[in-house]
Amino acid sequence: MSRFIVRRLLAMVVVMFVISLLTFLLFEAIPNGNPAFRLAGRTATPQEIHQIEVKYGFNQPIYVQYLRTMKNIFTNQAYSYTQGFNVLSEIKAGLPATLSLAFGAGFIWLFTSILVGTLAAIKAGRYTDRVLTILAMFGVSFPPFFLGAVLIYYFGYKWNIFPLGGYVKFTTDPVQWFVHLILPWFTLSVLFVGFYSRVLRSTILDTINEDYVRTAHAKGLSDRQVLLRHTLRNSLIPIISLWGLDMAQVIGGGAILTESIYNLHGVGQLAAQSIGRLDIIPILVIVMLTAFAVVVLAAIIDIVYAFLDPRIRLAA
Amino acid sequence: MATSAERLGTGLEFSDDLAGFGGADEEKLPPGIGPWRLAWRRLKRNKVALFFGGLFVLIVVLCLLAPVYASHVAHTTPQAENITGTVKVGGKQVDIVSPTDIPIGPTWHSHYFLGADGNGRDVAVRLLYGGRNSLQIGAVATVITMVLALILGVWAGYFRGIADGFISRGLDIIWAYPAVLLGITLGTVLAVGGIGPLHGTNLYVPAVVIGIVYIPYVAKPVRGQVLQLREREFIDAARQQGQSDWKIMFFEVMPNLASTIVVFIPLILANAILLEAALSYLGAGVQPPNPSWGTMISDGIMTIPAAFHNVLIPGIMLVLCVMSINIFGDGLRDALDPRAKVRIAH
Repeated sequence: MSRFIVRRLLAMVVVMFVISLLTFLLFEAIPNGNPAFRLAGRTATPQEIHQIEVKYGFNQPIYVQYLRTMKNIFTNQAYSYTQGFNVLSEIKAGLPATLSLAFGAGFIWLFTSILVGTLAAIKAGRYTDRVLTILAMFGVSFPPFFLGAVLIYYFGYKWNIFPLGGYVKFTTDPVQWFVHLILPWFTLSVLFVGFYSRVLRSTILDTINEDYVRTAHAKGLSDRQVLLRHTLRNSLIPIISLWGLDMAQVIGGGAILTESIYNLHGVGQLAAQSIGRLDIIPILVIVMLTAFAVVVLAAIIDIVYAFLDPRIRLAA
Repeated sequence: MATSAERLGTGLEFSDDLAGFGGADEEKLPPGIGPWRLAWRRLKRNKVALFFGGLFVLIVVLCLLAPVYASHVAHTTPQAENITGTVKVGGKQVDIVSPTDIPIGPTWHSHYFLGADGNGRDVAVRLLYGGRNSLQIGAVATVITMVLALILGVWAGYFRGIADGFISRGLDIIWAYPAVLLGITLGTVLAVGGIGPLHGTNLYVPAVVIGIVYIPYVAKPVRGQVLQLREREFIDAARQQGQSDWKIMFFEVMPNLASTIVVFIPLILANAILLEAALSYLGAGVQPPNPSWGTMISDGIMTIPAAFHNVLIPGIMLVLCVMSINIFGDGLRDALDPRAKVRIAH
């Protein structure tokens, strides 16, 4: 077991290193993105550009630049080239909004999809299942920015029920915080409910055929008991691990579309704005940290699985 | 939708059969019916899936006819702006874009059938041209994803060892980036610089970006299936006969992946079109003045609340198109492999 954990963690560290390198190179490759030109302004002389290159180290070999950038990021010294703000503190400033969005929506989509998926599986092939399937397909086909625009237009401009966007701090006004987040929560959840309920439905249908479920029925448990204690308990494992990974992505700016359309000023919107400005450092940090979070969570999930299921650690 | 009896009964045998045509499962199928015929029979019974499949074909045909509509009905081009002009509606001359910058809504006439956008361009014409671009990008991206994922997945699964290690870690790395974030990162980088001979504003730049982003979602399951396939008796038999690795991969392994590939194509296509829209919305996809559904929605959002038809019309087309692919693809998956665990993140 410890061998499995060590190997899995080593693989994780290698992947994280390559991710940091790859992300850095990707941004280094922006041809017109030479930050020295942008920092120097339009009327800069070659001398000024050269000074800036020296100051920020753009003229040094690429591996030196890579090491410097990484060192800056991990010592909280990373600054936006074009805006001058400290990247980590800017991300920290965006986190409350992003976390509120992620956890609210995360619980909504987890519970809704468990309900919908279970219902569809119990009624497999019948009318309810067909309707739920179509609804799920409808959900996964809705781009969040379009759904958001429609909701803002009708609920915001036309009927004046909800605000047009923006984020209010929980500490400032809990009621307004809630009211401002209802539409974003809904928008973000719709997509995931569609996916998760489909996955859960097919996992449950697989589990129903397992021997232990038949045994549970045979020993006289009610349908309800079998469903809750045996079928659902096993079927939920893949859903929960999916949920963990998706939450990591959403917290790391994956809800970029929802955040932008509702103007929540979260991490995702910071990423979107930085991309618009070709501001390399913030987007580099956000993309890299998110990828890190996903890799770490995936490793944790693998290790937990290996604890639960000896076949996995033997296979590895 | 297949009935639950199929799902739990005959469907199981069929899906086992797909894991490697032949073996003991064959005798359980009705005599004389191959797996593909059987799948087609199931699909034919699924009227909902067929309806949406038909709807998708209709959308594709309409979008392909964009130039015909533009030149023979609307008499304009997708890029032609007309901010100061007027159009005749119900015998009256109406401004295309009012002095307060509000574009005209749907006229239901040949000119500006679905209204104008903020620059006085014909929304209906742009909708069809935009759809053509969106579908084209989706199709090219799907081809890129499927071809590369198949090569990588089969290679890793068949040879295992070092090749597998490298490919799997590489896939893990792409997979670790959130799809939208990786898409906009690559999209921004390439929209500025282009890819080799392709200029940054070229339509195929987003297609390549989207194609790369989705590779792991196909390559990982393909690899898993090949890992199982290579242990089967018929592969062993081919090896004993002295067939080369290449021959085994092409003629023994690949045909057994066919159903997986068929199931993945609509899934990737739908997600590619959605990602294109998302990238274009964020400015990292199709570059102006080229229309796409995503750029049209994005432009329309700027004009909220005055001219909501600019958001609604391309949005509805996008949702209809993606939904018809998804529902048809779901039916296809039920017909081909009722137990498939195919899933894609977004």
